[in-house]
Amino acid sequence: MKSLAALLPMAAFAAPVAQGTPRVDVARLDYGLSARALAPGVWVVEGANADFAVANGCNIINTGFIATGKGVVVINTGPSRRYGEQLRALIAKTTAEPVVQVIHLNLHPDYFLGNQAFADVPRLATDATRAGMAREAKAYEDNLYRLCGDWMRGTEAALPTGTLALGPLRIGEREMELREYRGHTDSDVVLVDKASGVVFAGGLVFAQRIPTTPHAQIGPWLQSLQAFAALPVKTLVPSHGPVRSDTTAVGQTQRYLQWLDRSFRQLAEQGAEMNEVLRAEVPAEFRGWAAFGTEYTRNVAHLYPRYEQAVLKGAKP
Amino acid sequence: MIRRHCVLGLSAGLAALCSSGLARADATGGDPFGSLQWPDLKREFFGAAPVVFDERVQVRGPAFAEDPMNVPISVSATGLADVETLVVFVDRNPIRKVLEFQPLAALTSLGFRFKLEQASPVRAAARTRDGVWHVGGTLVDSAGGGCTVAGATRKDGSWVQTLGQARGKLFASSPVGGENASRLRVMVMHPMDTGLVGGIPAFYVNRLAVRDAQGRELLRLSTFEPVSENPVFSFDFPGRVAGGLRLTGTDNNGNRIDSRIE
Repeated sequence: MKSLAALLPMAAFAAPVAQGTPRVDVARLDYGLSARALAPGVWVVEGANADFAVANGCNIINTGFIATGKGVVVINTGPSRRYGEQLRALIAKTTAEPVVQVIHLNLHPDYFLGNQAFADVPRLATDATRAGMAREAKAYEDNLYRLCGDWMRGTEAALPTGTLALGPLRIGEREMELREYRGHTDSDVVLVDKASGVVFAGGLVFAQRIPTTPHAQIGPWLQSLQAFAALPVKTLVPSHGPVRSDTTAVGQTQRYLQWLDRSFRQLAEQGAEMNEVLRAEVPAEFRGWAAFGTEYTRNVAHLYPRYEQAVLKGAKP
Repeated sequence: MIRRHCVLGLSAGLAALCSSGLARADATGGDPFGSLQWPDLKREFFGAAPVVFDERVQVRGPAFAEDPMNVPISVSATGLADVETLVVFVDRNPIRKVLEFQPLAALTSLGFRFKLEQASPVRAAARTRDGVWHVGGTLVDSAGGGCTVAGATRKDGSWVQTLGQARGKLFASSPVGGENASRLRVMVMHPMDTGLVGGIPAFYVNRLAVRDAQGRELLRLSTFEPVSENPVFSFDFPGRVAGGLRLTGTDNNGNRIDSRIE
C-alpha cells in the first residue's frame, strides 16, 4: 500500500462535502437523483443514508461517474432497472461524453441491478465478484422486489460482461487506480482518481451507518481498513453514508467492527444465545447510526454463529 | 376476514365495534396476535384443556428473520411454578410443532433456532401441574422459504461426516438465572431435513436428553422437523451442575446420539 500515498496529490479541487439526499417521488417512481461534482469531471450520486425502504426507493447507495475525455466510467449502477435508467439520463444531462464502461466494486445488489440501462457498454467486475453475482442474483431480485415493491418493476439482473483488470486504469487523460481488498466481501474494489484524490471506497467503508455483513469476515476487513486508513484521501466516497473530505468514516467502520468482534467473543464465552446478543448493550455512538435497528440484527444473524461454534468446538472463529 | 367484518359493521351502523377490540376478539378467540388460526390451533394443541394467555411465558425472537433457516427463539417461563412441559409451535409453518421440552431438573427456559416458512406468531405453551396451559408468543416477520430449502450440509453432502456428533459446554453462570444458575449449550450435527424439499425425506433428531454422571435425566426434549440444521440449544439449571454430563438421543431413523459434554 505504500506506493498509493504517492499517487494522490494533496493539492486538488476543493470539494464541497454537504450531503445531497435525493428528493424521492414515490408516486412517480422518481429517485430524484442529482450529480454532485467532487472534482472536475468526478461526480457522486448520493442515496439516502438508511435501510432499504419503499419511501426512499431502496436507493441507499452512493454511485458515481467520471468523465475521462474519452468517455464516462460509471461506478455501480444502483438497485433497480429504473435507477439505472435515471442514472444514465442524469449522466447524459451532466456531461456530453458517452458512457464507455461500468465498474462494479463488489457483488451486492445495489451495485449492479441497474445494469439493464447499461446493456450497450462493457460492465466489469473481478472474477470473485462475477461469480458471487451469478450465485446470488436470483435471491437479490426476490428480496428487493419484496422490500421495494414497484420500484423494482422490470428489473432483472444483467451480469457483468467482463473481468476487471486491477492496477492502473488509464482512459483518455484520466489516470485511475483499482485496488482489491477483502473482508466486506471476498472482493472489495476501491477506485482512486489520482488527479483529484477522490476515492470510491465501495463497501469497505460505512459512514455514520451500521456496516452490512452478509458476506463479511471481520479479521480480513479490519486488515484491509488498516492499509486503507494510511491513504492521503482528499475526498472519500463510501457506498453508504455521507461523502467526506477526510477519513473519519474509516475510523468509524474500524471502531464498529472491533467492538462487534470483541462483544460477540465475550458473549459467546459467557454462553449467550442469539436473542441475548440481539438485546446486549450497544454503545450509544453506534445506536445513533443509520439502519441500526435492522442492520445490527443482521450482523448478529450473519456473524454470531461463528463465535458460538468456536466456543463450543474450542477453536478460533 | 377482519376487514370484511368491519365493512359489514359499518353498513349496519356499528362502526364503533370495528375499532374496539371486541370485533377482533370474536374472530380470533381473544388471541393477542389477532390470528384467525388461533381457535383451531388451540383445539389442535390443547383439546379441551384450560388455556390462558400469560405474560410469564416470555418468547423472544428477532423482529424479522434475516436467515429464515435459523430464526433464534428463546423461551423463559421461570416466573411460573410447576411447569411440567413446554410446547413451541408456529401458526403459519407447514409443520407447526417445533419442540416439546420437559425441564425436569432444569429451569423453564431454553434457546434454539428453527426454520420459518413465512411471517408468523411463534408461540410457547407451558402446562403447569394443575393442567392449565399458559401461552406466550412473539411475532417474527420473514421473506419466507425456511422449511422448503435444503440445508447447507445436505446440499454439499457433508452431513454424512458429522451425523450425530454433539458438543457442549457448561457455563458457570447464566444470562437467565445469573450467578445462581448455570447454562448449558449443546450443538448436535444433523441435517434436520423437513421432508418438504423434493426428493429428501424427513430426517431429523426426535429425542434428546441431558443426563448426569449417574445416568439420570436432567431434562428431556422432543424435537421436530422445523428445528434448524445442526441445532444449538441453550438450557439453564439452578445452581451449579456437577460435571460428567452426557447428551443422549435419537433421530427418526433410529440413529443414536450419545456424547459426553466436557
